[in-house]
Amino acid sequence: MTLLAPARPTVLPSAPPRRKRNKQWIGALYAAPTAFVVGMFFVVPLGLVVWMSLHHWPLLGAPTLNAPENYAGLGDDELLRTAVWFTLKYTVVVTVLLFALSFGLALMVQHRRRGVGLLRTAFFLPAAVGFASASLLFLGLLSDEIGPVNDLLAGDAYVSWTSGSPNTALGSAVVLVLWRFAGFNMLILLTGLQAIPLDVYEAARLDGATRFQIFRRITVPLMRPTIALVLTLMITGSLLAFDQFWILTRGGPDNSTTSLVMVIYREAFIELDLGSAAAISVVLLGVLVVFNAIQLGVLRRRSQ
Amino acid sequence: MKLRSTAFGVTGAALAILFLFPLLWSAWASTRTPTGFGLENYRRLFTSDNGIRVEHVVNSLTVCALTVGGTLLVATLGGYAFGRFTFPGKNALFLLTLAILMVPYATILIALYVLLEWIGLQDSLLGLSLVLIMFQLPFSIFMMRNAFEAIPKELEESALIDGCTSFGALTRIMLHAVRPGLITVGLFAFLTSWSEFFAPLILLNSTSKFTVMLAVVNMRTASFGAIDYAALEAGVTFMAVPCLLLFLVLQRSYVRGFMSGALRG
Repeated sequence: MTLLAPARPTVLPSAPPRRKRNKQWIGALYAAPTAFVVGMFFVVPLGLVVWMSLHHWPLLGAPTLNAPENYAGLGDDELLRTAVWFTLKYTVVVTVLLFALSFGLALMVQHRRRGVGLLRTAFFLPAAVGFASASLLFLGLLSDEIGPVNDLLAGDAYVSWTSGSPNTALGSAVVLVLWRFAGFNMLILLTGLQAIPLDVYEAARLDGATRFQIFRRITVPLMRPTIALVLTLMITGSLLAFDQFWILTRGGPDNSTTSLVMVIYREAFIELDLGSAAAISVVLLGVLVVFNAIQLGVLRRRSQ
Repeated sequence: MKLRSTAFGVTGAALAILFLFPLLWSAWASTRTPTGFGLENYRRLFTSDNGIRVEHVVNSLTVCALTVGGTLLVATLGGYAFGRFTFPGKNALFLLTLAILMVPYATILIALYVLLEWIGLQDSLLGLSLVLIMFQLPFSIFMMRNAFEAIPKELEESALIDGCTSFGALTRIMLHAVRPGLITVGLFAFLTSWSEFFAPLILLNSTSKFTVMLAVVNMRTASFGAIDYAALEAGVTFMAVPCLLLFLVLQRSYVRGFMSGALRG
């Protein structure tokens, strides 16, 4: 991870000090728009969400301090508890399946041969479509009214994939996510695969390693940073799932596919209680930041 | 060997069909009418009570233009600063920008909703665009910093010796050299702002301010009776075609930029 810019002199060594200081100011000036956007629309809201979580904050009307009521109230929220479990279950299912599929696709298209370019494009193309559009697409695709899936799979029996039962609703969302995101993750994994020098494989083959041994002992260890990145993206994305359930299943049947972010939305704009919504946000945020920090830490230690 | 390559061909073709099928089906379903094929569904998409109006298209294009323009401007200047200058707080600001990735945006949208109200940008396309620009920055700044770093130093120095200011060097020479990066950043900003759903859902309230994406989803969520699936697929196709075309045209520079830039770290 070379996230930090190497501190190297950007001025000729012979340049006089004053010019150097001048240049510093110019650099800061170029960075000013970034600083403004990041400060105003990221740092301030970040503080504000914590501040809001300590208040009774109705959508309309003046906020009043009520800490720690918003947090205390989270424990009694039945819907929230269902949503937490559902979101965790969904995250595990999606991460395992999506990772297996993406890695499989990446291995399949890693070597240049005839048709590989076309395959890569085909797998990646769904990622160019917006996720909300993709959700609507699947709503039609899986519908009994105009979709072909029911005719193919269910025969004459009527099945509502998206709202028939909790399992088919979850399954529909998972298939949608696999279709939409496999190509994108394949591309990231492909970058990692292609960064492994060919002579490492060559040497292993000369030593008589089997294909499986090469995969286990060379490919996977050398891919570790990329794998970690992809898993982080998948887990974070799944914990924040919204579009697919909002559009495809509407959280149903019986709130069985209501995700955490849907609960946040509901608290804020249906219950009109921004304070509680902020409190859920802060908890979710804390979990994700801790998770990401651990992930980064493990990654750093391993790559050293 | 022959067998293996046949197996590869068959599996590959089958998978490719599975991935392309939904896209093709959506286009096909959007032109199906009870009597054959036609643009009947598209007519309903643009004329029914819950459908897309011209103002929604104008709104979407406005948000796209503001987001793409704003992202390119901020990321070019920022990337130049991070790639070519040292200044106090440089590393801190860079890390803070990348931290946007660590803080999932769904969690701060509630606060952004309140903040935009305070500064008079609630229910405004400009406010939405500013938020979208912020979400684009980690990727864009990282990309542009790498692009500027990769330019040979001599190129800039020769311009500076010729009497250019650093801004002159940027506009006359450097911009040309970072063009692939700019294309990737711009394409990403367009795809996001055109298709984004959650941010506009929260930040825009009145139907007259809706983007096309909101309007299309509204056809599903606001309908209490039967959903007009065919018109919905017309909406999906209308939303997807610009993205797919743009991606296919710019695929080369997009994938190259993606692989060389964003994931080098």
